[in-house]
Amino acid sequence: MGLFSKSGGSGGFREAKGDLRLQEVTKSFGDFTAVDNLTLEVPRGSFFALLGPSGCGKTTTLRMVAGLEQPTAGRILIGDTDLTGSRPYERPVNTVFQSYALFPHLTIRDNVAFGPTRRGEANAAQLAGDALELVQLSHLAARKPAQLSGGQQQRVAVARAIVNRPEVLLLDEPLGALDLKLRRQMQVELKRIQSEVGLTFIHVTHDQEEAMTMADTVAVMNHGRIEQMGAPEELYDLPRTTFVANFVGQSNLASGPITGRDGDRIVAEVNGTQVAIPSSRCAVDSGEVTFGIRPEKVRIHEQRPEGAGSDVQATVRDVSFTGVATQYQVEVPSGAVWNVYEQNLDVKPISVRPGDQVWLTWDPAHAFGVPVDSDAAAEALAAVDAP
Amino acid sequence: MSAFAHAAGGNAAVTHQDPPARRRSWATWLLLLPGFLWLLVFFVFPLVQLFTVSLQSKYPGYPGYYYRDVNFGNYVDALTQFGAHFGRSLLFAGLATLFAFLLAYPLAYAMAFKAGRWRNVMMICIIAPFFTSFILRTVAWRQILADDGPVASTLNFLHLLPGGRITETWVAVVAGLTYNFLPFMVLPIYASLERADHRIIEAGGDLYANGFTTFRKVTLPMSMPGVLAGTLLTFIPAAGDYVNADLLGSDRSTKMVGNVIESQFFKVLGGFPLAAALSFTLMALILALVFVYIRRFGTEELL
Ligand SMILES: Nc1ncnc2c1ncn2[C@@H]1O[C@H](COP(=O)(O)OP(=O)(O)OP(=O)(O)O)[C@@H](O)[C@H]1O
Ligand SMILES: [Mg+2]
Repeated sequence: MGLFSKSGGSGGFREAKGDLRLQEVTKSFGDFTAVDNLTLEVPRGSFFALLGPSGCGKTTTLRMVAGLEQPTAGRILIGDTDLTGSRPYERPVNTVFQSYALFPHLTIRDNVAFGPTRRGEANAAQLAGDALELVQLSHLAARKPAQLSGGQQQRVAVARAIVNRPEVLLLDEPLGALDLKLRRQMQVELKRIQSEVGLTFIHVTHDQEEAMTMADTVAVMNHGRIEQMGAPEELYDLPRTTFVANFVGQSNLASGPITGRDGDRIVAEVNGTQVAIPSSRCAVDSGEVTFGIRPEKVRIHEQRPEGAGSDVQATVRDVSFTGVATQYQVEVPSGAVWNVYEQNLDVKPISVRPGDQVWLTWDPAHAFGVPVDSDAAAEALAAVDAP
Repeated sequence: MSAFAHAAGGNAAVTHQDPPARRRSWATWLLLLPGFLWLLVFFVFPLVQLFTVSLQSKYPGYPGYYYRDVNFGNYVDALTQFGAHFGRSLLFAGLATLFAFLLAYPLAYAMAFKAGRWRNVMMICIIAPFFTSFILRTVAWRQILADDGPVASTLNFLHLLPGGRITETWVAVVAGLTYNFLPFMVLPIYASLERADHRIIEAGGDLYANGFTTFRKVTLPMSMPGVLAGTLLTFIPAAGDYVNADLLGSDRSTKMVGNVIESQFFKVLGGFPLAAALSFTLMALILALVFVYIRRFGTEELL
């Protein structure tokens, strides 16, 4: 893809290269803080996802990186170049807008050639043609945006941005308007394009599955702050807050006081049961803790297992067979409902019925502990259910 | 049995689909009927009437009497005797359209993007003049532009007014036309800017266009449907107008076709056929100009 060569920028253009860095960035609208003291580093060439519920400040963060909004405080840098305060057209950053924002009066080709033309590239038409080829839309180059389907418009929006070979490409929920099938298809396509052109992608979404499947690094945002950041499997395996535990996948949670230590494990008492959490997986070491375990890590038993260290008796509320797995909803002594996924490894009829008493066990190595935060738990659940 | 059912089913499908379609088309016609009748009675019929009048000839010796004829001489007279008036009509209307555009665009732009909570106040200011009569407002302009009025006396004091006066000149006529039709220019442009997606304008900036280039390449083209509508809504009535030339212009050098038609109809005995021919010629000219204009600027992607 050497065809995307970058010749000298136009007046005022900042030729910046390197990692994207946000340093203590805050954005307030009146007395409302949309983004709160955000510090972030995105390595060059990585696929970074910003995940969070509606209104948590994702778009505002992107707009500040694009220069469409100026931070109230803090700095934004690419490599060592400080971009704070510069205009959008001076930044080596392009945006794929949530609503695509294609120019309705221009053809697809002219839409894509817009950026290179403004920057005085001699072969703007050639670059536009290559970019359209990359998103497999060359055959529609002469059409107007209104004559394209939603998915096609989305690809044009991507082409129009990547044709400029920006240092950072910002994608603001670009797949939000697509149906599930097209969405999956576009996710694969975006991933392919990213690895092909090797740009830094910052992908905003409130779909945790999308973030997990696409990104190298996921940052979970809530109330204008980053709750946790890391590789998808890291976030899933070891959530550090209640919000993350519920927003990224599902978690079974229960709170109680820490009662002591057992070697490298922290022991807590939740609803009359002693549970152990590896101390490296526990974010608190005294006082109250919220114990968590993922649904697929829990085993379900019809008889009390022999010699198991920690087990919980529960009442089955619902059983649903989904093919590869069976999903149980069980009520634990505290009255909370836990989810349990059992893979259907054996072909045998399910003998557990709603109303039955069962015993739950798990390997303590999978447990995690997070600070108690009752608001965040409810919020994350509401945010997951909403869209 | 099943074969029968299939055959019957096929037929049934055809006959079942038919009635709703027919009913729908009847409903369409019924809804269009009042409009058609209105057009027929108040537009087509008078137009045909006007056209036949434009071809009538005078009875020699009986001033004010005509007979039915196919006399294209009226059109020849219209063009030879009143060519200057046609020229003025188109020129003044064109100038008024241009000035109205130059005034209206920034105004509409400010209303759409910058006015904030003042937007409604600005809107009222633009619409409020409609609550008083067109004639009264034009008379008021005569006061404003009068020789001893504030504008003319100030300009005279500064020795900036070559002829010494504004009224009775084409400047006053064009100013009056511009003023009177300005709202018709502002409102469509405002509407098209207002509904433009701000993200699209931001996309211009995101794609390396500075403020001015974004305006030229994105905002202005996107508002072209409004500009097109505004210029037509200004030019067409302005070209046929006679009130401004009558109240603000002079007797000779600023008369427009509208004034000639008015005087032929109401002031000259036996002027009906010529007035009708003038009206028809003006209509044809405007139609031709509008057609060329739309072909040039108004392609479907703008609508
Ligand atoms: N121009 C503005 N003026 C006032 N408040 C604003 C403005 N823009 C955003 N906000 C507020 O800032 C908060 C964050 O907005 P933002 O658009 O960044 O959310 P988001 O995370 O992108 O949400 P979504 O997933 O719904 O797009 C919201 O509560 C919003 O109401
Ligand atoms: Mg958003």
